[in-house]
Amino acid sequence: MADDKVTLVRQFIEGMPHSRALDLRVEYLKDGVSEISMPYDPKLVGDPATGVIHGGAVSALMDTSGGAAVMSHPTDSLGTATLDLRIDYMRPATPGQRITARAECYHVTRSIAFVRAVATDEDRDRPVATATGAFTLERPKKSEDQA
Amino acid sequence: MSARRPEPVQQIKQRRDGVLNALLTGIPYIQFLDIRFDRRGDELTAILPFDEKVIGNTMLPAIHGGVTAAFLEVTAIVGLSWATLWDQMETGELNPDALTPDTLPKMPKTIDFTVDYLRAGLPRDAYARARVNRSGRRYASVHVEGWQDNRDRLFAQATGHFLMPSSNG
Repeated sequence: MADDKVTLVRQFIEGMPHSRALDLRVEYLKDGVSEISMPYDPKLVGDPATGVIHGGAVSALMDTSGGAAVMSHPTDSLGTATLDLRIDYMRPATPGQRITARAECYHVTRSIAFVRAVATDEDRDRPVATATGAFTLERPKKSEDQA
Repeated sequence: MSARRPEPVQQIKQRRDGVLNALLTGIPYIQFLDIRFDRRGDELTAILPFDEKVIGNTMLPAIHGGVTAAFLEVTAIVGLSWATLWDQMETGELNPDALTPDTLPKMPKTIDFTVDYLRAGLPRDAYARARVNRSGRRYASVHVEGWQDNRDRLFAQATGHFLMPSSNG
């Protein structure tokens, strides 16, 4: 993927209002692989007794990194939408630590992209959550190619 | 021997709304997304008011898929917790006035959650209801339906498995 496209996708991802609300940061983006991180924030806590971030915020991070992986895939997708996303929660993320999701678009068909993702906190060896998803893939139209 | 007089309706409503309120206000993330719950007897409908911060794609604009997932997950957890606490609440064993952030009942933990996106989330309020399909001592399976303008046109649905909080804390 060309560097200018990487910049565009990065701007698109970081510019989404919900990405801004979660303060998401694109750490890596290339050839169908994305890494996006989310800082710890008390407003995202799901369990006030422990200070652990709510699973929903982790889901939003996973979905965003999945979509970014699809958009960075060499097929040059024009856009993408989530068809389905399954998240498995392995352990609570350690309070105070940044959570990073790494997503990989490992297979594409003409109209579908398959993605897997892993989220970790600062302990990179023990996943916090994993995800698998199917995303739509909007390829450039033939007529537009010729234009 | 006469049967016990039924409790005054206002007292019942106050207790149910008090417990629900205590569950919700204790969780910052629910406040962050501004999710509210409408209660009719034991039936809960979650409401996600449309707001700038829930938008993903600004061109459409559409609700962020991650927000949809989070909204359905919150609905599932609160619905499951509510169903589990119902009996304790009705006997008066669970007293909303005694619920503080430290004494709040523990919430179920998500084991896995699968979201099925059926159509784009439009820039307007979204609603969701959870159905507890199975609730055992340790595990529960919950299904959630999310819609916007029309109850019969779901924009997303989800199924999740949850680990129930242990009764001894």
